[in-house]
Amino acid sequence: METVKTQDVTFNDLAWKIKYTPDRCTMCGSCVAACTFNAIEARIERRSITVSTGHQPEPNQRHIAVPVIRQKNSVANACVGCGMCEKVCPNNAIQPIRNEDSRLNVVGRAGGNPLKRGGRTNLNAERVLDKIIVGRISQMTDPSLDSERHTFDVLAPFGRVLLPQELPFSVENGEIKMQGWVPPVHWIYPLIFSDMSIGALSTRAWEALSLATAYLNEKHKMPVRMCSGEGGMPVKLMESEYLKYSIIQIASGHFGWNRIVRALPKMKVDPAGILIKIGQGAKPGDGGLLPAAKVAEHIQAIRGVPKADLLSPPNHQGLYSIEESVQKMFMSMNAAFKFRVPVAIKCAASATSVSVYNNLLRDPYKICGGFFIDGIQGGTGAANEVSLDHTGHPVVSKLRDCYQSAVKQGSPGRIPLWAGSGVGMTGNAAADAFKMICLGANGVFMGKLLIQLMGCVGNEKGRCNACNTGFCPTGICTQDPRLVKRLDIDRAAQNIVEYMLAFDAEFKKLMAPVGNSSLPVGRSDALVTNDRAVADKLSITYAC
Amino acid sequence: MCRIGAIKSADPVHASKALSLMLPQQEGHDNSGFAMVMQDLEGEFSSYKEKPLMSLACTQKGAKIVQDYMDKSGFRALHEWIPKVNNRPGLDIKAMPYYIFTAYDYPDYLNNSSQDQKEDLLLNTRLALRTMLEKEDHGYIFSFWPDVLTLKEIGDPRDIATYFGLWEDRGDLMARNVVVQCRQNTNYEIVRYAAHPFFLQGYTLCANGENTFYTKNKEYQKSLHRGYIGFESDSQNFLYTLHYVLHELKWPLKYYKHVITPLSFEEMEKRPDKRELTAIRQTLGHLEINGPNTVIAMLPDGSIMTCCDSKKLRPVVVGGTKDLMAISSEVCGLNVILPDRDQSKDIYPNEREIVMITPGMEVQRWKQ
Ligand code: SF4
Ligand code: SF4
Repeated sequence: METVKTQDVTFNDLAWKIKYTPDRCTMCGSCVAACTFNAIEARIERRSITVSTGHQPEPNQRHIAVPVIRQKNSVANACVGCGMCEKVCPNNAIQPIRNEDSRLNVVGRAGGNPLKRGGRTNLNAERVLDKIIVGRISQMTDPSLDSERHTFDVLAPFGRVLLPQELPFSVENGEIKMQGWVPPVHWIYPLIFSDMSIGALSTRAWEALSLATAYLNEKHKMPVRMCSGEGGMPVKLMESEYLKYSIIQIASGHFGWNRIVRALPKMKVDPAGILIKIGQGAKPGDGGLLPAAKVAEHIQAIRGVPKADLLSPPNHQGLYSIEESVQKMFMSMNAAFKFRVPVAIKCAASATSVSVYNNLLRDPYKICGGFFIDGIQGGTGAANEVSLDHTGHPVVSKLRDCYQSAVKQGSPGRIPLWAGSGVGMTGNAAADAFKMICLGANGVFMGKLLIQLMGCVGNEKGRCNACNTGFCPTGICTQDPRLVKRLDIDRAAQNIVEYMLAFDAEFKKLMAPVGNSSLPVGRSDALVTNDRAVADKLSITYAC
Repeated sequence: MCRIGAIKSADPVHASKALSLMLPQQEGHDNSGFAMVMQDLEGEFSSYKEKPLMSLACTQKGAKIVQDYMDKSGFRALHEWIPKVNNRPGLDIKAMPYYIFTAYDYPDYLNNSSQDQKEDLLLNTRLALRTMLEKEDHGYIFSFWPDVLTLKEIGDPRDIATYFGLWEDRGDLMARNVVVQCRQNTNYEIVRYAAHPFFLQGYTLCANGENTFYTKNKEYQKSLHRGYIGFESDSQNFLYTLHYVLHELKWPLKYYKHVITPLSFEEMEKRPDKRELTAIRQTLGHLEINGPNTVIAMLPDGSIMTCCDSKKLRPVVVGGTKDLMAISSEVCGLNVILPDRDQSKDIYPNEREIVMITPGMEVQRWKQ
C-alpha cells in the first residue's frame, strides 16, 4: 500500500476544482492560454484502453500516453473559478466547480502570511435591502405619476448646505437678495461612480469609466460624477474640460497629489468635488494596499512613486488628533480650489459613524460638503481576508441612524449623506438606490457593479476576487499589458452607459408610483418590510 | 377627497355664507364634518377685536380645567359666548357638551410687552391647555388669538349648521374673512383636531389633496418649532411651512411657493435670481411637498391666498365682485354665493401661481 502524504496540498483542498471531460477535449490549448492564474496545465497521462480492430471481437488491452488538461496542485496556482477556460473552450470540455470541501482557509496561510485577496466580503453577503419593498403606492386620491410623461428632478446635492438662518439673505422690496458667500453645492446625479483608482484598475478600465461618465453627461445630460480614487489622474484629463465631471480623491497615502497640485494652475475648469477618504467599508481601519505586482511604470509616473508595495496608512497623520488633521485637510483642500469646490469625506460605516457625523454637523466652519458612508459590502482592490470578512459594519442601519440624528437636530441634508457598499449587488441598482434614498441618503455610490458591467466575473461567493494578484482575467484590475488588452474600452463604456440609462428609467419607475417628482429623501413611509427586526431598527412599517 | 373654500368680503358676512359656498360641492366631499376659521369678526365679538379669543369645545370638567389655568395665568375673561344649540333628535352630529368662545384680557404683567412676547404667550397657553385637555379627553382648543374664531365639528355639515343655528343670520357669527371646509380628514382617524383649517399664530390654512412628503416634512418640522405639533393631517405640513417661512424666517410670501413647490433645477438655471432660488431649495428641501394639492391660506393681515402643487393635480377657482371674493374648489360654490359676478373674470390659478386677495380687496396674481 502506497503511503499517502496527507499534508500535501492537492486540488481537492482548493476552493475550485476543474471539471474536465477528456473525450470532448481536442487539446487546442485555449484554456491553458486563457488562464491567467496558471492554474491548469497540459500533461501526459497514462491510460489503459481496450481496443478491438478485427472483424471479430478481439479485445486487446493497451497502455497509451494521452495529453490531458490538469489542474495544478498548489495554493499559489489555485483556480479562482473565473471561468475563462470555460469561456474560451470551443468544445465545452472544461469548467470550474465550487469545492464545498475546500480547505483553502486552512492551507492558504502557509509561510506565515495572512490570506489576501480583493473583491468584497464573502461572509456578509446577506441583503437587508431585499427584505424591503416599496409598499406605499399612490392610488385614488394621490394619483401615481407617469414615468414617461411627467418630469422628474433626479438630482442630489454635493456640498455644504446652510440652514435658512445662516444664509446671507436680505429682503429688499419683497425680493430676497443673497449678499455674501455660501459654500458651493453641486446638484448631481444621485449615483456616483465610486472611487476606484488607476492602479487598482487598469488604465483601460479607468479610461472606459471616464469615457462613460463623459458620454452620460454630454450626450444624455445625466450629471453623473466619477470619483478618481486615490492615485491621481492623468494630466491630460486634469487639463481638459472633462475634469468637471470628476471628484478627486485624497487619501492617507496622498498618492498622485503632487501631480494634481502641479496641474492646478493649468486646470481650465474646477473638478466636481474633492473626496477625502478616511476609511473604506471593505477594510475599515486598514490602510490602502497596491501590491508591487500592480505598480507598473505608468502607475509609478501617475502616483510619483517607485515600484514597491504601496501602502496608505490606516490614518491620516495629524499633529494632535485625527479631527485636527481632517480639519486641516478640509481647509487646505477648500483653499486650494479657492472655496469653489465642495469637499466631502468618506468613512467606513462603524459603530461610531453617528458621532463622527454629528461632529461634522456641528463643525463651526461648515466646510464638510458630504458624508460618504461605506459599508462592509464595499469593494476593494486588495485586502487581508480577515479585514474583508470580519471587520466592517452594515451600511443600511448606519445610514438610517445618521439621517435620523440629523433630523432630530433639525439638520437633515446640511451635510448630504451618500451611502455605498453592495449597491447593485444583485444587479438591481435602481431599486437599491431608491430604498437607500427613502431611508435618508441623498445619493449612493457604486463601484463593483461598474466593473462587472465591464466584464469582471467576481462575486460574493468566492468567485475570482483576485484583484490583488495582478492576474485579473478580464483586464480590469491588472497592469499587465497583455491582460489589459482583453478589455475592449468602447464596449466596456457602452455597457456602463446603457446600464445607467436603464437605471434612470427604472428609478423613475419607482418615483412615479409613490407620486414623487423629486427625490424622496427620507420618505421612509414609502417602504415596508416583512422582517420585524428590520422594521424596528429602521423605523419602517412592518407588513406581512 | 376634500373641498375647500374661503370668503373675503368688504362687509361682514354671516357663517351661513360659508355653508352656501360649500354645500353645492358636497359630491366631492363626504359630509363628515364642518370646520371654519373666521377672522376680522363682527357680531358677538365686535368690541373685543384686540383681545385674544379662545375657541373651545369641551366637557364640563374641561371647562373647569381651562378656567383654572386661565385664572392662574392672569388672563381675565371679558366676554363669553356659548352658542344656543338646537339639540333635536336625529341630527348627525357628534357634539361636545360645551362650545365656549371667550375673549380675554392679557395678564397685567404683559402691559408693556412687545407683540412677539404676547404672541408667544398666546401660543404657549394654547399648547399647555391642549396637553391638559387631551390627557383625559376633556376637550379641544382650536385657536386662541385676537379676532379669530374657530368652529370644528364631526357630522353632517347641514346638521351641524342646524345644531349651531348657522342657517339663520342672527348677526352673531359675522366676519369679513372665512376659511371653510366640510370634511373630517378621513385618511387618518376621525378626530376633531384633524379637520382643517388649521391655525397657528395668525396663520390659517386648509388644503385639498395629499402630501406624499408628509413623513419627511413632519420629521423636520418637529425640530423647527414648539408649535408644530399634532400632525393629525398632512395639511398641517403646509401651515407649519407657511408659518416658518413668513413668521420665523420673515421671508416674503412668494417664497412660500418656492419652498413648497420649487422650480425644477432646469427652470431655475434660466432665472436671474437663480442663486437665491437654488439656496432656498437646498436649505428647505425637507419642506418641499409632493403629490396633488391646493392650498388656501389666510394671513394675519387678513389677506387670503391660494396656490397649487407643481403639477396642478387639484382644482381651485377664484372669483367675485369688488366687495365679495371667494375661493373654492369647485365653481358651483361660487355660482351659489356669487351668481351675478362676471364669470369671465374667474381665475383658475396654474401650477406656478399664487393668487391673493389683499386686505383692500384687490386681486393679485404672481407667477412663481
Ligand atoms: S476557472 Fe479561471 S483560474 Fe480556474 S482554471 Fe479556468 S481560467 Fe484558470
Ligand atoms: S475579474 Fe478581475 S476585477 Fe473581477 S474579481 Fe477577478 S480579478 Fe477582480
